[in-house]
Amino acid sequence: MEHDAVHGLPASAHGAADAYEAPLFGAYSKKVGMWLFLASDSLTFGALLFAFSYNRIYTNPWPTPFHAQSIANATIMTACLLSSSLTMVLAVLAAKRGDRPWVRNWLLATMVFGTAFIVLHGMEWSKLIGEGLSLPGFASILGVSKGAASGELADISQNIPQFPQAFFGLTAMHMLHVTIGVIYLGVVAFRKWFLPALAVIWIAAALLIPSGNVFHYPVHVLGLGLLVAAVVLFFKPKHYDAHDVEVCGLYWHFVDLVWMFIFPLVYLMSTKVS
Amino acid sequence: MHDIAKHDDSKGQYFWVWGALLILTAVEVVLGYKQVFSPPRMLEVLLLLSVIKSALIIGYFMHLKFEIALMRWLLVLSVVTCFIIMYFFFFPDADRIIKLGVQ
Repeated sequence: MEHDAVHGLPASAHGAADAYEAPLFGAYSKKVGMWLFLASDSLTFGALLFAFSYNRIYTNPWPTPFHAQSIANATIMTACLLSSSLTMVLAVLAAKRGDRPWVRNWLLATMVFGTAFIVLHGMEWSKLIGEGLSLPGFASILGVSKGAASGELADISQNIPQFPQAFFGLTAMHMLHVTIGVIYLGVVAFRKWFLPALAVIWIAAALLIPSGNVFHYPVHVLGLGLLVAAVVLFFKPKHYDAHDVEVCGLYWHFVDLVWMFIFPLVYLMSTKVS
Repeated sequence: MHDIAKHDDSKGQYFWVWGALLILTAVEVVLGYKQVFSPPRMLEVLLLLSVIKSALIIGYFMHLKFEIALMRWLLVLSVVTCFIIMYFFFFPDADRIIKLGVQ
């Protein structure tokens, strides 16, 4: 049967296709909506990156605390995100073919890479905090145990608070986006069957992360994600099609794109040569 | 699915883009870790490489290269215009500070 190019309606369905205007951008509305959201979100990250660069320029000397181990860790994180973008685009291709099992497989692979990124980043944060990199809010708001009282990172926190402010601010914002992205992919890939898995991960993480750790309270973002996903899935249950996969792919690639600026600016510009 | 961006959907091109992104990342890491350039020049070089990487991601992975020209230009120009406005807010002062001797 011949279909309307814009809405996927049968062309003969009571002239329904003629009742809609042709799309201005030659794309369906969900995709245009996601592009507009990403344009606005890029301004959020753009402002943060400009602020970071400004801090970097006016602070002399700028700390360079990232040794080979941190750079290696951040490079592996970057490779995880780049690989997740590849698996995401393969999921979109599978969706266009209508190959639902492979859509699910590629989305699952993307989620695994995204989760690896979050775990590696969390370990990096915990290590830096343990060595003394800190913000005043960590202790008072998040109840984070104090790290080393002296040493290079403790001195930086004491004398150049712009560094931990910029580092934690930028990377936390990005980590939040990656976490939301993994939940979004899970919803599209597994629909309501993703909810029990997310609930188990949330409860396990909440129980396993000790009370002095910086992620002890922020891990409840997963609970919030669970609530939002449950509301979406129960009030508007649907079978996610190729359009939905392409739209969630746009979001995921954007998360990858932002990291392409954070990695060199935050890590490589603060490298310590032993 | 007529309105999904139409283009050559061979998997090969995506693997090429992925490989190019990994290689560019490796170049960035080597440049950053070896500290080949002075910090201001290093910032320029790393940002240039990041812009190339982001163009590959936006063009190929996000398929913007294959969208119609109106959408392509409107999105790119609007975001770039906003960044230029931010640049004028931040960088005259940053330039003044650099000229004061901060490196």
